[in-house]
Amino acid sequence: MALLDLESVHVYYGNIHALKGISLTVEEGEIVALLGANGAGKTTTLRTISGLLRPREGRVRLRGEPIDTLPPHVIVYKGIGHAPEGRRIFARLTVEENLKMGAYARSDAQGIRDDMDRVFVLFPRLKERIAQVAGTLSGGEQQMLAIGRALMARPRLLLLDEPSMGLAPVLVEQIFETVKSINQQGTTILLVEQNAYMALTIAHRGYVLQTGEIALSGRAEELQANEEVRRAYLGG
Amino acid sequence: MRTDRGSWGKVISGGLIFGGAAAFVSLAGMVEALGVREIVIGVIDLGRLLLLLIGLGAGYQAARRGIGGALTALARGLLAGAAAGVGLSALLVLASVVNLRGMFINASPTLLEIISFGRGTAGVPLVIAAGAVAGALGAVATLLPGAVRGPLGAGVTVTIVVGLFQELLQIILQEGGIRSAIRQFIFVPEGLPPRGALGVFLVVLVVSAVWRSRQPVVRGWILKRPPPQQRLVRLLGLLLAVAVALLLPLAGGLFISQVLVLVGLYTLMGLGLNLEVGFAGLLDLGFVAFFAIGAYTVGLLTSTGQYGIAHWSFWAAMPVALVVSLIAGFLFGLPILRIRGDYLAIATLGFGEIIRLLALSEALRPWFGGSQGVLFVPKPIIGGFEFSGPAQIYYITLASSVLIAFVAARLRDSRLGRAWMAMREDEDVAEAMGINLVNVKLLAYGIGGAFAGMGGAIFAVLLGSIFPHSFSLLISINVLALIIVGGMGSLPGVVVGSLFLVGLPELLREFSDFRFLVYGAALIIMMQVKPEGLWPAAMVRRELHKEEPVGVVAEEPAAVERVEA
Ligand SMILES: Nc1ncnc2c1ncn2[C@@H]1O[C@H](COP(=O)(O)OP(=O)(O)OP(=O)(O)O)[C@@H](O)[C@H]1O
Ligand SMILES: [Mg+2]
Repeated sequence: MALLDLESVHVYYGNIHALKGISLTVEEGEIVALLGANGAGKTTTLRTISGLLRPREGRVRLRGEPIDTLPPHVIVYKGIGHAPEGRRIFARLTVEENLKMGAYARSDAQGIRDDMDRVFVLFPRLKERIAQVAGTLSGGEQQMLAIGRALMARPRLLLLDEPSMGLAPVLVEQIFETVKSINQQGTTILLVEQNAYMALTIAHRGYVLQTGEIALSGRAEELQANEEVRRAYLGG
Repeated sequence: MRTDRGSWGKVISGGLIFGGAAAFVSLAGMVEALGVREIVIGVIDLGRLLLLLIGLGAGYQAARRGIGGALTALARGLLAGAAAGVGLSALLVLASVVNLRGMFINASPTLLEIISFGRGTAGVPLVIAAGAVAGALGAVATLLPGAVRGPLGAGVTVTIVVGLFQELLQIILQEGGIRSAIRQFIFVPEGLPPRGALGVFLVVLVVSAVWRSRQPVVRGWILKRPPPQQRLVRLLGLLLAVAVALLLPLAGGLFISQVLVLVGLYTLMGLGLNLEVGFAGLLDLGFVAFFAIGAYTVGLLTSTGQYGIAHWSFWAAMPVALVVSLIAGFLFGLPILRIRGDYLAIATLGFGEIIRLLALSEALRPWFGGSQGVLFVPKPIIGGFEFSGPAQIYYITLASSVLIAFVAARLRDSRLGRAWMAMREDEDVAEAMGINLVNVKLLAYGIGGAFAGMGGAIFAVLLGSIFPHSFSLLISINVLALIIVGGMGSLPGVVVGSLFLVGLPELLREFSDFRFLVYGAALIIMMQVKPEGLWPAAMVRRELHKEEPVGVVAEEPAAVERVEA
């Protein structure tokens, strides 16, 4: 049984039809890339999975259990972590407080401390800045913090919304390396990206969204080789 | 000079605005009314001090905004102060040509005499010169290094406070060998003479300067002690504060007790609203509703009059009042869960008015007494001791405030407190973090409401009767203003805010007519000069002072001091 599956999900903003019957699956242990142009509905898909938006039709299931009627905080408890688009860190709190906030859904003090150490191994920069106010971090550091904070909930499935946005190429590479190692440590990842080339180098499979519909899907290598994808997203 | 903001034209127009403000407070009657209170006998009264402060303010802001060296800053201050003097002089000239009293009842000959130094229009050059001097002094204040400005400011402030409250201090220092010796040294029966003022100023100056240089050392010493000893130091400080709080009404008499009870009630409400607005980020302009609900609950449960339903004792009724206002908070929160921002302000505003109108309504008169209110609320009694007046009820207020402050502090540092903090910073992300926004919001409204309900319960027994008109919108606004002035989200800030915005105007009865003028001015000045509040919460402090290193414990305090200076 798939870890996550969406079955013909329709989502509306008022009467704007943002998702028009999306179906996708994420298997345990995978990195799945969700690609698409601006406004295709990638963020909307992630917000629907984490319960911040409700589908008007269709189902979202976690290990076969419908979760689309559950409130967001329950979905977090069920093991889905979300690093939202645009580095929405708590700007007035310190790095440490941000990370602790990520572990809000947990109460095992020892486990939280271990996971904080794990985040610091992934992002040594954050450890150096543990007492710094998050709003004063550089853009890249803020992105690291957003990912680290999502990890603090120790999710089974991590939703990452454009982790490379606005970062210098070197940092982009570093972030993707980290995403890969997070996955290798056992976290399943659904990765939304504009940077299709990089996303497909670390992903196992991918979906391409076009104006609220899945236009293409397949294994990462297939998508990388696909003419249409190359033309539209890989600039080649 | 080069920048638009720094241009000389701006300096003059800024100064004129301050002059306009001076003319405004004069015409509003404040200068004359406050002129009654002498601060230093024969030297300055409160009315003139106000004008002087406006002049200082003009110079201060002009110097602060400018670019260039010390001389330029000084010139800017001088010019702005003079412009303020011109603005105020316009009032004198105008008064000599037309009869202002037809429109402004306060434009009395006495007022003009105060402003013009008793010279009429001939005083105009003097007023402008005085403005220039004040402005230059204001500019000097921006130029002095902190090590000089701090003690000077402390000396001047304390001297003014001593002069303002000389009557009260003289009462406190009435008896006892040392006490009356101090009194005779500082005061004469009529007030604070120049000699005493100078004495106070110098003592405070020296003490403050010494403290300033020793403070890092003392703090470093304390920080180096083992934790149990540190705790002891803190405990001693706390005990001292408690002792002062316990003795205040004994030393100050009935009037002081009355003021203190009021401060205590506003502190209770402030702690509640601070929890909603400061911790959880939920604006609430109808906060007085909970105060009213607490008061009416106790009133109805204990009254021996017509509307009393149970004749309970205060002690039985108070917990019920807490629970009722807690539930009211939940119910209040339900319909506005999804509302954010400006709309939340309007919706909560409505709630406050609804409760007041319900209490006032004719239809509900058989239960709540309508505009006649609930009378004959008995005083609390404990083992034969009756809390008969403000001096006794003060202790109930004090105990409740301490208890509630403790609860608030524990809540702030709890899991719930963290959830509030996350919600205040970013509702969407908080939700994605696993926080149940519905519960967390309702708890904020409920607990905040219960705090205010406690205040209301005490208010009911303080007055012995309850009237709907006691629960006007103005109370909500006062409470909001006091937590802004004290420092949003800060617990000590609530106490400081209510001392400043409730205690001070109450003590200076001349102010009471101008209360809202003072509030408005205080809020504007705060936003300009100290937006984080008088006693800011740690987080706000570090937000507004990003240039200062955070979380780094200074290894060598002396080095930090040098950098500052
Ligand atoms: N709150 C909203 N109200 C109305 N329309 C919205 C809202 N949020 C998103 N939309 C619309 O839904 C569509 C999908 O938006 P979404 O944010 O999911 O795109 P995206 O694929 O994440 O784009 P990007 O790569 O630019 O982040 C867009 O047309 C957008 O304008
Ligand atoms: Mg997006």
